[in-house]
Amino acid sequence: MKRALLALMLLTAPALAVQPDEMLKDPALEARARAISAELRCVVCQNQSIDDSDAPLARDLRIVVREQLTLGKSDQDTMAYIVQRYGNFVLLKPPVEPATWALWAGPFLVLGGGGLALLGWSRRRKPADVAPLTAAEAAELDRLG
Amino acid sequence: MNRILFLLPVGAFIALVAFFAIGLTKDPKVLPSQLIDRPLPQFALPGIADQPGGGPGFASAAFTGEPRLLNIFASWCAACPQEHPVLTRISGEGFPVYGIAWKDKPQDSRDWIARFGNPYRQIAADETGRTAIDLGVTGVPETFIVDKRGRVRFKQIGPISPEVWEKTIRPLMQQLRAEA
Repeated sequence: MKRALLALMLLTAPALAVQPDEMLKDPALEARARAISAELRCVVCQNQSIDDSDAPLARDLRIVVREQLTLGKSDQDTMAYIVQRYGNFVLLKPPVEPATWALWAGPFLVLGGGGLALLGWSRRRKPADVAPLTAAEAAELDRLG
Repeated sequence: MNRILFLLPVGAFIALVAFFAIGLTKDPKVLPSQLIDRPLPQFALPGIADQPGGGPGFASAAFTGEPRLLNIFASWCAACPQEHPVLTRISGEGFPVYGIAWKDKPQDSRDWIARFGNPYRQIAADETGRTAIDLGVTGVPETFIVDKRGRVRFKQIGPISPEVWEKTIRPLMQQLRAEA
C-alpha cells in the first residue's frame, strides 16, 4: 500500500497553466510558444511568466503568442508584438539598452571597484621594512644556533 | 583617511535604504502606457445590446474631432462601482465618456448599467479581450484620454477619483479642447 502510494506520488507532475485547448497541434510550434511564454511576464501577477500564470489575461496572451506563431511570425516578432503593447516591462530578461546599462554593468562595476579597493588595502598593509640585526643580536643568534 | 574609509559602508547603507524607500512608494501595478502620444489602436467593436435599439458599438475611427475619455470597465470589476459616480459627474460636466466592457457578457454589462446608470455616450463590448490587449490594458478600470486627432495623451490606471479628475484629467481635457 505504501509502495503504491509512493509510486503514485512519483507519477504526479506539476500542474500546467497552459490548458490543453490552447495548445497548438504542431509540437515544434508549441515548443516555441512555450519558450516565448516563459520569457514574458504576466502583467497581472507580476513575478510569474505567462506560461506559469493562471490569470485570464495570461491565458489571452498565451493565445496571442500562438496566433502570431501560427501566422508564421518569428520568435523575435512575436515578442515584439507583445512588447509593443505592454512595453519592455513584460520581458522577464530586460534588454540591453541605454536605460538599462546601469542595471547590466552595475554588478561588474561593484565587483571591479571592490577588487581595486581590496588591492589597494592589501598593498598598504605590507609590513614595514625590518631593520637589520645589530651585531649583538647576530652574536646571540650564532650562540643559539 | 581611515575615518573616511570607516564612513564608506555607512554611507553606502544609507544610500541603499534611500533607494529602497523610494522604490517602496512606487506602485508596481502601474505600468507606463506604450500608447502615449501614439494613435489609438484600430478596433471596431459591437454594442452590448443584442437586440435592435439597444445602441451600437463604436470603432477607433470615431475618436476624432473632440477629446474623449475611453473607459474600460466590466460588470465583474470590484473598483468600477466606486469610479461610477465620478464618470457620471464627468459626463454631466459635458465631457464625452465612451465605455468598453472588457471580457464581459453583454447581458451582464446591460444589467450593470441598468443597476448603476449609464454615464457613457456609447458602450462597446470586447468579449474576447483582444482590443484590450491592443490597448495594453492590464486590469479594470482603466481610462484613456484621446485627443482631437485620435492620439492617446494620458492613461489612468485604476479608478478615477474625484481628486484625479479635478487636478489632472479635467485640466488636461480643457487643454486638449483648446488645442488646434
